[in-house]
Amino acid sequence: MSKFRKKDKGELPAISTASLPDIVFMLLFFFMVATVMRDSSLMIENQLPSADQVEKLKKDRTIFIYAGKPSEQYKQFGKEPRIQYNDAFITVEEVQSSVYQGIGEMNEELQSKVVVGLKVDKNTNAGLVSDVKQELRKANALKVMYIANTKTDE
Amino acid sequence: MAKRAAPEVNAGSMADIAFLLLIFFLVTTTIEKDKGLLRSLPPIDDTEYEPPIIKQKNLFTVLINRNNQLLVEDEEMALDDLREAAIDFLDNGGGTNPAGESCDYCKGARDDSSSDHPDKAIISMKHDRETTYEKYMEVQNELVAAYNFLREREAERLYKKYYPDADNVFTAMLEEKEKNQFSKDEVLNDRIETIKKLYPMKLSEAEPDKN
Repeated sequence: MSKFRKKDKGELPAISTASLPDIVFMLLFFFMVATVMRDSSLMIENQLPSADQVEKLKKDRTIFIYAGKPSEQYKQFGKEPRIQYNDAFITVEEVQSSVYQGIGEMNEELQSKVVVGLKVDKNTNAGLVSDVKQELRKANALKVMYIANTKTDE
Repeated sequence: MAKRAAPEVNAGSMADIAFLLLIFFLVTTTIEKDKGLLRSLPPIDDTEYEPPIIKQKNLFTVLINRNNQLLVEDEEMALDDLREAAIDFLDNGGGTNPAGESCDYCKGARDDSSSDHPDKAIISMKHDRETTYEKYMEVQNELVAAYNFLREREAERLYKKYYPDADNVFTAMLEEKEKNQFSKDEVLNDRIETIKKLYPMKLSEAEPDKN
């Protein structure tokens, strides 16, 4: 007479799949958190140039400035390349204040290490880029990253 | 009377629903990593001072015109030859640096008409306002590549023994620094600085003319 009576042999107990949703949900939450929805929708064409001497960019200390021709949807802004910061077109003169604003929103200890990421369409005039660089010098944001695609050939 | 068990909710389809969501997020996730060329701009300096006199032979001028053509040292050049030309110029070592030392690690031609020392060699780049950004980036890329090539070569000469498996020693060193960014490794930092000092990146950019 034992308390631990052997169960009936023969029938295999069904494997409980109750924990399966938990596992899947765990994965789901991971990917939900890891997914970054594009935070600023681009109003310009943005085909990056390519380069092979690239370095990685640290996202936490970067302010992005975009430039390029207004895309199809925003034809009313003309055909000349424009500068975009966050969700709006800005003029060259506004670059400085935008950068200050961007720095202000950043983590305090990273503010001195700020890098400005320039995402510029490859068909833009380099003159516009040099105007932006002049403004960045005035804003004392001297580290610039020209963001590029990695060249795959070679 | 036997206690009636509450009917169990069938959770079997929960997994299916969750999988559906999971697959959606898996597909939409792009863990994108931006890469690019890191360059430093010169600070604005209002102080008036006499610009130092730079000998013509220590200056490597690269001009890009509005039709995206390259003029290097007053001669037209194809982009493919630019890297080689820049390396030859930087690595020439025809004379001495400001401290009076000659470049004992240079492997160049030691031509009197080219640069004296990597410390003195300056690459000056100027572009037109109408130059396309694509061309501008390609030229920048080639010039940075010239510096990287030389630094890589020196790193291999000096520190290959610490990185026997690495193909690119300097890259390996920078990667190690990146990995240990929270624990400062003085020795490694010193080594990186040494390499950088052998071929200091003196790449100046002139503002395009306003028309």
